[in-house]
Amino acid sequence: MERTAIRRRLTWQLARVVEGVTETARTTSIVLAAADWQGHLAGQHVDVRLTAEDGYQAQRSYSIASAPEDEHLAITVQRLDDGEVSPYLTALRPGDELELRGPIGGYFVWEERLGGPLLLVAGGAGVVPLRAMLRHHRAIASDVPVRLLYSARTRSDLIYRAELSEYETTITLTDEEPEEWNGRTGRIDSDFLAETAWAPAERPLVYVCGPTGFVEAVADALVALGHGADRVRTERFGPT
Amino acid sequence: MIALDGNAIAGDLLEVFGVDLTAATCECAVCGASGFLAEAVVYTRGPGHVARCRACGEPLMVLVTVRGITCVDLRGIAALAAGPARSAL
Repeated sequence: MERTAIRRRLTWQLARVVEGVTETARTTSIVLAAADWQGHLAGQHVDVRLTAEDGYQAQRSYSIASAPEDEHLAITVQRLDDGEVSPYLTALRPGDELELRGPIGGYFVWEERLGGPLLLVAGGAGVVPLRAMLRHHRAIASDVPVRLLYSARTRSDLIYRAELSEYETTITLTDEEPEEWNGRTGRIDSDFLAETAWAPAERPLVYVCGPTGFVEAVADALVALGHGADRVRTERFGPT
Repeated sequence: MIALDGNAIAGDLLEVFGVDLTAATCECAVCGASGFLAEAVVYTRGPGHVARCRACGEPLMVLVTVRGITCVDLRGIAALAAGPARSAL
Protein backbone atom coordinates (compact mmCIF):
# COMPACT_ATOMS: atom_id res chain seq x y z
CA MET A 1 0.00 0.00 0.00
CA GLU A 2 1.29 3.45 -0.89
CA ARG A 3 2.58 5.52 1.98
CA THR A 4 0.81 8.79 2.52
CA ALA A 5 1.59 11.78 4.68
CA ILE A 6 -1.80 11.61 6.33
CA ARG A 7 -2.25 8.79 8.78
CA ARG A 8 -5.44 6.89 8.28
CA ARG A 9 -7.87 7.19 11.11
CA LEU A 10 -7.70 4.28 13.51
CA THR A 11 -10.75 2.17 12.80
CA TRP A 12 -12.06 -1.25 13.67
CA GLN A 13 -11.56 -3.90 11.05
CA LEU A 14 -12.49 -7.53 10.69
CA ALA A 15 -9.76 -10.14 10.87
CA ARG A 16 -10.18 -13.80 10.03
CA VAL A 17 -8.63 -16.54 12.12
CA VAL A 18 -6.12 -18.53 10.08
CA GLU A 19 -5.18 -20.93 12.85
CA GLY A 20 -4.83 -21.33 16.57
CA VAL A 21 -1.52 -22.57 17.96
CA THR A 22 -1.51 -24.11 21.43
CA GLU A 23 1.52 -22.66 23.23
CA THR A 24 0.82 -23.97 26.74
CA ALA A 25 -2.19 -25.40 28.56
CA ARG A 26 -3.42 -21.86 29.14
CA THR A 27 -2.07 -19.89 26.19
CA THR A 28 -2.97 -19.94 22.54
CA SER A 29 -1.53 -17.96 19.65
CA ILE A 30 -4.17 -16.75 17.23
CA VAL A 31 -2.89 -16.25 13.70
CA LEU A 32 -4.95 -13.69 11.82
CA ALA A 33 -5.50 -12.47 8.29
CA ALA A 34 -6.57 -8.83 8.24
CA ALA A 35 -7.20 -7.47 4.75
CA ASP A 36 -6.68 -3.83 5.72
CA TRP A 37 -3.63 -4.38 7.94
CA GLN A 38 -1.03 -1.67 7.29
CA GLY A 39 1.93 -3.29 9.02
CA HIS A 40 3.34 -2.74 12.50
CA LEU A 41 6.48 -2.23 14.57
CA ALA A 42 7.84 -4.85 16.95
CA GLY A 43 6.36 -4.22 20.41
CA GLN A 44 3.07 -2.65 19.33
CA HIS A 45 -0.34 -4.00 20.30
CA VAL A 46 -3.87 -4.28 18.97
CA ASP A 47 -7.22 -3.70 20.61
CA VAL A 48 -9.70 -6.56 20.17
CA ARG A 49 -13.44 -5.98 20.48
CA LEU A 50 -16.15 -8.55 21.00
CA THR A 51 -19.85 -7.78 20.54
CA ALA A 52 -22.55 -9.96 22.09
CA GLU A 53 -25.91 -10.53 20.44
CA ASP A 54 -27.53 -7.98 22.74
CA GLY A 55 -25.01 -5.34 21.67
CA TYR A 56 -22.83 -5.49 24.79
CA GLN A 57 -19.19 -4.91 23.87
CA ALA A 58 -15.96 -5.87 25.59
CA GLN A 59 -12.57 -4.57 24.53
CA ARG A 60 -9.05 -5.71 25.46
CA SER A 61 -5.50 -4.97 24.35
CA TYR A 62 -3.16 -7.73 23.18
CA SER A 63 0.49 -7.44 22.25
CA ILE A 64 1.38 -8.47 18.73
CA ALA A 65 3.38 -11.69 18.86
CA SER A 66 4.51 -11.73 15.24
CA ALA A 67 7.36 -9.80 13.63
CA PRO A 68 6.53 -7.11 11.08
CA GLU A 69 8.17 -9.40 8.50
CA ASP A 70 5.95 -12.42 9.27
CA GLU A 71 3.28 -13.37 6.78
CA HIS A 72 0.43 -13.10 9.25
CA LEU A 73 -0.43 -11.03 12.26
CA ALA A 74 -0.52 -13.09 15.48
CA ILE A 75 -1.51 -12.44 19.08
CA THR A 76 -0.98 -14.76 22.03
CA VAL A 77 -3.81 -14.97 24.55
CA GLN A 78 -3.64 -16.35 28.07
CA ARG A 79 -6.94 -17.91 29.08
CA LEU A 80 -8.43 -16.87 32.41
CA ASP A 81 -11.32 -19.18 33.21
CA ASP A 82 -13.38 -16.41 34.78
CA GLY A 83 -12.29 -13.89 32.15
CA GLU A 84 -14.80 -12.10 29.97
CA VAL A 85 -12.81 -12.13 26.74
CA SER A 86 -9.95 -14.64 26.85
CA PRO A 87 -12.05 -17.87 27.06
CA TYR A 88 -13.84 -16.78 23.90
CA LEU A 89 -10.64 -15.90 22.04
CA THR A 90 -8.85 -19.12 22.91
CA ALA A 91 -11.85 -21.11 21.59
CA LEU A 92 -11.83 -19.45 18.15
CA ARG A 93 -11.58 -21.74 15.12
CA PRO A 94 -10.09 -21.14 11.68
CA GLY A 95 -12.48 -19.04 9.62
CA ASP A 96 -13.99 -17.27 12.65
CA GLU A 97 -13.80 -13.50 12.59
CA LEU A 98 -13.08 -10.89 15.21
CA GLU A 99 -12.82 -7.12 15.29
CA LEU A 100 -9.52 -5.41 15.91
CA ARG A 101 -7.87 -2.04 15.54
CA GLY A 102 -4.20 -1.17 15.36
CA PRO A 103 -1.30 -1.13 15.29
CA ILE A 104 -1.14 0.88 18.52
CA GLY A 105 1.74 2.36 20.52
CA GLY A 106 4.92 4.25 19.69
CA TYR A 107 6.76 3.98 23.00
CA PHE A 108 7.18 0.26 23.69
CA VAL A 109 8.63 -0.51 20.26
CA TRP A 110 12.08 -1.49 19.11
CA GLU A 111 13.57 -0.60 15.75
CA GLU A 112 17.19 -1.15 14.78
CA ARG A 113 17.94 2.58 14.66
CA LEU A 114 17.36 2.67 18.43
CA GLY A 115 20.39 0.42 18.85
CA GLY A 116 21.31 -1.50 21.97
CA PRO A 117 22.64 -3.61 23.47
CA LEU A 118 19.06 -4.78 23.65
CA LEU A 119 17.97 -6.29 26.95
CA LEU A 120 14.48 -7.81 27.05
CA VAL A 121 12.99 -8.72 30.43
CA ALA A 122 9.73 -10.69 30.50
CA GLY A 123 7.41 -11.78 33.29
CA GLY A 124 4.92 -14.46 32.21
CA ALA A 125 2.88 -13.46 29.17
CA GLY A 126 5.00 -10.29 29.03
CA VAL A 127 7.25 -12.29 26.73
CA VAL A 128 4.80 -11.78 23.84
CA PRO A 129 5.88 -8.32 22.53
CA LEU A 130 9.51 -9.19 23.29
CA ARG A 131 9.19 -12.28 21.10
CA ALA A 132 8.04 -9.97 18.28
CA MET A 133 11.22 -7.91 18.85
CA LEU A 134 13.41 -11.04 18.76
CA ARG A 135 11.77 -12.24 15.55
CA HIS A 136 12.19 -8.79 13.99
CA HIS A 137 15.82 -8.66 15.11
CA ARG A 138 16.45 -11.97 13.39
CA ALA A 139 14.42 -11.11 10.27
CA ILE A 140 16.55 -8.03 9.60
CA ALA A 141 19.77 -9.88 10.58
CA SER A 142 20.58 -7.13 13.09
CA ASP A 143 24.06 -6.89 14.60
CA VAL A 144 22.71 -5.33 17.80
CA PRO A 145 23.50 -7.67 20.73
CA VAL A 146 20.27 -8.96 22.24
CA ARG A 147 19.51 -10.93 25.38
CA LEU A 148 16.24 -12.14 26.92
CA LEU A 149 15.59 -12.69 30.63
CA TYR A 150 12.33 -14.58 31.06
CA SER A 151 10.57 -15.36 34.32
CA ALA A 152 7.67 -17.84 34.48
CA ARG A 153 5.94 -19.65 37.30
CA THR A 154 6.60 -23.20 36.16
CA ARG A 155 8.20 -24.97 33.25
CA SER A 156 4.80 -25.76 31.76
CA ASP A 157 3.96 -22.04 31.74
CA LEU A 158 6.82 -21.20 29.37
CA ILE A 159 5.54 -19.78 26.09
CA TYR A 160 7.56 -20.18 22.84
CA ARG A 161 10.08 -22.29 24.72
CA ALA A 162 11.61 -24.07 21.72
CA GLU A 163 11.83 -20.87 19.68
CA LEU A 164 13.40 -18.86 22.50
CA SER A 165 16.17 -21.42 22.89
CA GLU A 166 17.50 -20.14 19.56
CA TYR A 167 18.36 -16.82 21.21
CA GLU A 168 20.56 -15.86 24.15
CA THR A 169 17.90 -16.51 26.76
CA THR A 170 18.06 -16.90 30.53
CA ILE A 171 14.94 -18.53 31.95
CA THR A 172 14.01 -18.56 35.61
CA LEU A 173 11.13 -20.36 37.33
CA THR A 174 9.58 -18.77 40.40
CA ASP A 175 7.16 -21.45 41.65
CA GLU A 176 8.86 -24.70 40.75
CA GLU A 177 12.25 -26.33 40.90
CA PRO A 178 11.92 -29.26 38.51
CA GLU A 179 14.35 -32.11 38.30
CA GLU A 180 16.66 -32.00 35.31
CA TRP A 181 16.28 -28.24 35.10
CA ASN A 182 19.40 -26.45 33.92
CA GLY A 183 17.85 -22.98 34.01
CA ARG A 184 17.57 -20.78 37.06
CA THR A 185 14.98 -20.49 39.79
CA GLY A 186 13.71 -17.52 41.79
CA ARG A 187 12.62 -14.03 40.92
CA ILE A 188 14.42 -11.55 38.69
CA ASP A 189 15.82 -9.31 41.41
CA SER A 190 18.80 -7.03 41.78
CA ASP A 191 21.36 -9.85 42.14
CA PHE A 192 19.91 -11.68 39.17
CA LEU A 193 20.11 -8.53 37.01
CA ALA A 194 23.62 -7.70 38.17
CA GLU A 195 24.70 -11.13 37.00
CA THR A 196 22.78 -11.50 33.74
CA ALA A 197 22.25 -7.97 32.36
CA TRP A 198 24.85 -5.80 30.65
CA ALA A 199 26.59 -3.39 33.03
CA PRO A 200 25.09 0.12 33.28
CA ALA A 201 28.26 1.51 31.66
CA GLU A 202 27.32 -0.31 28.46
CA ARG A 203 24.01 1.56 28.46
CA PRO A 204 21.74 -1.28 27.38
CA LEU A 205 18.33 -0.34 26.06
CA VAL A 206 15.92 -2.29 28.26
CA TYR A 207 12.32 -3.34 27.59
CA VAL A 208 10.43 -4.75 30.55
CA CYS A 209 6.98 -6.30 30.09
CA GLY A 210 4.82 -8.25 32.50
CA PRO A 211 2.28 -7.88 35.28
CA THR A 212 2.43 -4.53 37.08
CA GLY A 213 4.24 -5.80 40.20
CA PHE A 214 6.89 -7.57 38.14
CA VAL A 215 7.55 -4.56 35.93
CA GLU A 216 7.89 -2.16 38.82
CA ALA A 217 10.22 -4.46 40.77
CA VAL A 218 12.48 -4.99 37.75
CA ALA A 219 12.49 -1.35 36.65
CA ASP A 220 13.28 -0.17 40.21
CA ALA A 221 16.08 -2.73 40.52
CA LEU A 222 17.59 -1.66 37.19
CA VAL A 223 17.61 2.01 38.19
CA ALA A 224 19.06 1.13 41.61
CA LEU A 225 21.86 -0.75 39.83
CA GLY A 226 22.72 2.43 37.94
CA HIS A 227 20.83 2.01 34.67
CA GLY A 228 19.41 5.28 33.38
CA ALA A 229 15.63 5.54 33.75
CA ASP A 230 15.60 6.93 30.21
CA ARG A 231 17.02 3.60 28.97
CA VAL A 232 14.28 1.50 30.56
CA ARG A 233 10.96 1.20 28.74
CA THR A 234 8.07 -0.54 30.41
CA GLU A 235 4.69 -2.04 29.62
CA ARG A 236 2.37 -3.36 32.30
CA PHE A 237 -0.62 -5.58 31.80
CA GLY A 238 -3.43 -6.89 33.94
CA PRO A 239 -5.80 -9.86 33.80
CA THR A 240 -8.06 -10.00 30.75
CA MET B 1 -7.63 -2.21 41.53
CA ILE B 2 -4.60 -3.08 39.46
CA ALA B 3 -2.77 -0.10 38.03
CA LEU B 4 -1.58 -0.40 34.45
CA ASP B 5 0.28 2.25 32.46
CA GLY B 6 -0.29 4.64 29.59
CA ASN B 7 0.19 1.90 27.00
CA ALA B 8 -3.24 0.62 28.05
CA ILE B 9 -5.06 3.72 26.75
CA ALA B 10 -2.94 4.16 23.62
CA GLY B 11 -5.73 2.93 21.33
CA ASP B 12 -8.35 5.34 22.67
CA LEU B 13 -5.89 8.24 22.49
CA LEU B 14 -4.87 7.33 18.95
CA GLU B 15 -8.51 7.22 17.94
CA VAL B 16 -9.21 10.66 19.43
CA PHE B 17 -6.01 12.51 18.55
CA GLY B 18 -4.90 10.70 15.39
CA VAL B 19 -1.29 10.39 16.60
CA ASP B 20 0.39 8.13 19.10
CA LEU B 21 0.67 9.84 22.48
CA THR B 22 2.40 7.12 24.50
CA ALA B 23 5.78 8.47 23.38
CA ALA B 24 4.69 12.05 24.11
CA THR B 25 6.21 13.86 27.06
CA CYS B 26 3.65 14.98 29.56
CA GLU B 27 4.09 17.58 32.34
CA CYS B 28 1.95 17.29 35.46
CA ALA B 29 -0.01 20.47 36.21
CA VAL B 30 0.25 19.85 39.96
CA CYS B 31 3.84 18.80 40.70
CA GLY B 32 5.58 19.67 37.44
CA ALA B 33 7.06 16.21 36.96
CA SER B 34 7.59 15.30 33.35
CA GLY B 35 7.57 11.87 31.76
CA PHE B 36 6.35 9.75 28.89
CA LEU B 37 2.61 9.32 28.89
CA ALA B 38 3.30 5.56 28.54
CA GLU B 39 4.70 5.72 32.09
CA ALA B 40 1.61 7.29 33.67
CA VAL B 41 -0.28 5.18 36.23
CA VAL B 42 -3.52 4.15 34.53
CA TYR B 43 -6.70 2.65 35.99
CA THR B 44 -9.02 1.19 33.37
CA ARG B 45 -11.67 -0.67 35.30
CA GLY B 46 -13.79 2.26 36.40
CA PRO B 47 -16.58 3.87 34.36
CA GLY B 48 -13.79 5.64 32.48
CA HIS B 49 -10.01 5.50 32.30
CA VAL B 50 -7.88 7.65 34.60
CA ALA B 51 -4.19 8.41 34.04
CA ARG B 52 -2.32 9.64 37.11
CA CYS B 53 1.08 11.24 37.54
CA ARG B 54 3.67 8.63 38.58
CA ALA B 55 5.41 11.19 40.80
CA CYS B 56 2.53 12.73 42.78
CA GLY B 57 -0.52 10.61 41.98
CA GLU B 58 -2.72 13.48 40.84
CA PRO B 59 -4.92 12.87 37.77
CA LEU B 60 -3.40 13.86 34.45
CA MET B 61 -6.17 12.73 32.16
CA VAL B 62 -9.64 11.23 32.27
CA LEU B 63 -11.21 9.44 29.30
CA VAL B 64 -14.85 8.43 29.25
CA THR B 65 -16.54 6.78 26.28
CA VAL B 66 -20.33 6.98 26.15
CA ARG B 67 -22.33 5.71 23.18
CA GLY B 68 -19.27 5.72 20.96
CA ILE B 69 -18.13 9.24 21.84
CA THR B 70 -14.93 9.61 23.86
CA CYS B 71 -14.59 12.67 26.10
CA VAL B 72 -11.07 13.54 27.25
CA ASP B 73 -10.34 15.80 30.24
CA LEU B 74 -6.75 17.08 30.09
CA ARG B 75 -6.84 19.60 32.94
CA GLY B 76 -4.15 17.77 34.87
CA ILE B 77 -1.61 18.26 32.11
CA ALA B 78 0.40 21.48 31.96
CA ALA B 79 2.16 20.60 28.70
CA LEU B 80 2.16 17.76 26.23
CA ALA B 81 4.94 17.45 23.67
CA ALA B 82 4.70 14.79 21.01
CA GLY B 83 7.77 12.59 20.84
CA PRO B 84 10.12 12.42 17.88
CA ALA B 85 8.35 11.14 14.80
CA ARG B 86 8.45 7.39 14.46
CA SER B 87 9.25 5.86 11.14
CA ALA B 88 6.09 6.10 9.12
CA LEU B 89 3.91 3.07 8.72
